[in-house]
Amino acid sequence: MSGPILEVKNLAAFYGPIQALFGLDFEVEDGGVTALLGANGAGKTTALRALSGLVRREGEIRLRGMPIGALSTEAIARLGVAHVPDGRGTFTDLTVEENLRLGAYVRSERAEIRKDFDRVFSYFPRLAERRRQQAGTLSGGEQQMLAISRALLMRPSLLMLDEPSFGLAPLVVEEIFRILAAINRDEGVSMLIVEQNASLALDLADRAVLIETGRAAISGPSQALRADDAVRRAYLGY
Amino acid sequence: MSEFLHQLASGLALGGVYAILALALVMIYQATQLVNFAQGEMAMFSTYFAWKLMDSGWPYWRAFAATVVVSFFGGLIIERVVVRPFAKAPVLASIIVFIGLVLIFNALAGWLYGYSIQEFESPFSGRPWFGNVYMSAHESGAVVVSLCVLALVYGFFRFTPLGLAMRAAAQNPTSSRLVGIRVGWMLAIGWGLAAAIGAVAGMMAAPIVYLDPNMMGGVLLYAFAGAVLGGIDNPFGAAFGGFAVGVLENLVGAYVVGDEVKLSVALAIIVGVLVWRPSGLFGRRLVARV
Repeated sequence: MSGPILEVKNLAAFYGPIQALFGLDFEVEDGGVTALLGANGAGKTTALRALSGLVRREGEIRLRGMPIGALSTEAIARLGVAHVPDGRGTFTDLTVEENLRLGAYVRSERAEIRKDFDRVFSYFPRLAERRRQQAGTLSGGEQQMLAISRALLMRPSLLMLDEPSFGLAPLVVEEIFRILAAINRDEGVSMLIVEQNASLALDLADRAVLIETGRAAISGPSQALRADDAVRRAYLGY
Repeated sequence: MSEFLHQLASGLALGGVYAILALALVMIYQATQLVNFAQGEMAMFSTYFAWKLMDSGWPYWRAFAATVVVSFFGGLIIERVVVRPFAKAPVLASIIVFIGLVLIFNALAGWLYGYSIQEFESPFSGRPWFGNVYMSAHESGAVVVSLCVLALVYGFFRFTPLGLAMRAAAQNPTSSRLVGIRVGWMLAIGWGLAAAIGAVAGMMAAPIVYLDPNMMGGVLLYAFAGAVLGGIDNPFGAAFGGFAVGVLENLVGAYVVGDEVKLSVALAIIVGVLVWRPSGLFGRRLVARV
């Protein structure tokens, strides 16, 4: 780990005139995983949207030291920030393969792209079986796999995941988190993950931030949050 | 019988024109859920541009190619300058913009080129093709050109990365931006392509309906009827609908209502489809879960 890949200072976000985030600070270490935890409506999804420039935001956002707070969504994506949005963002009318090709849209090295196709198919063999199928007909878990794969085809340096466990069966969730851990470990892709399932997220993450009504309530190493009594009672449930 | 076949065949020729103009309408509709009422006038203006080039001595196909290219950039610029600022405005604002474009192009053409009817040269002249006595050479040529345009557009959207990105941008703009697609530009390119296709439609229609600033009014109405008939969210359906309307218009005009009121056939088709099958023959029925 060599310094943070993402530094966020005093992040504020707005939906029209309504402010949803009030000065959030956190970092993602290079090769590390940071989890954003919190209850419904705390502002976790908004934080990711603010980082991607999907909502109006203020504050300092630096990717490898470079300020990206004023860039457009597509410019940020082109810098290697892959955002897997809530609801998975599937192109439902396109085939699985076309969805994946869109992930590699801004890249031109054909041989490398082909290798990355093989790579994601080795993580998620089910997608390979369903290559020609219309993406909207996939199950929820398969669509989540597709969304992660599409993001991986961007060859991201930072992968932002918005509730990858949402609405999925426990076994599928387990599988997806196992693969995310492998991707982080084997390929060194840094991750920023938003989760309601705090226990799962803390297993994967090395750092975590607990957001309450648009503010960071607690932040620090995952171990520390896991040990924190308030976190344990409210979010881990034991 | 031969009279019937003749009507059928020339219906196909104009139907091809309706089909590609319908395709242009669908292209913009898919991305914005708006029908560009100015598509016809833009095509008319392009056709005048081609006519002017030929008038100054350019050979047909060179003028044709130049017009298609210039129309592409013209459409692109119109989107960037006139349509874009209203992207977030209510639907009615966009419709007013389209009507404004109709008036502007119509008046501009009249001012620049006059309102008198001009002949427009056809590249396909001489004897009918393949001994097809039911169609003039131009009618056969127009059908072939229309089919070529349809094939090219299909190939573009199906097999090129840019075509895929445009489909993606129309379908899910947010996800598209998240993979780095410049969605705003995709829309501008869509307008450019629609204008280029429209230019072809205009140049194929002009030898049949003659060139004047109001030449595309009826043509656009038929194209719209075709798009609605086939399903306005389905390019294949719209193209099919265009051909169907061309044939229907000609047959009904010749045998049922007469030439004078045959434009109302288009209206009847639009109303009929909207009443009995709002999504068109091939359109997707949208069902909202509340």
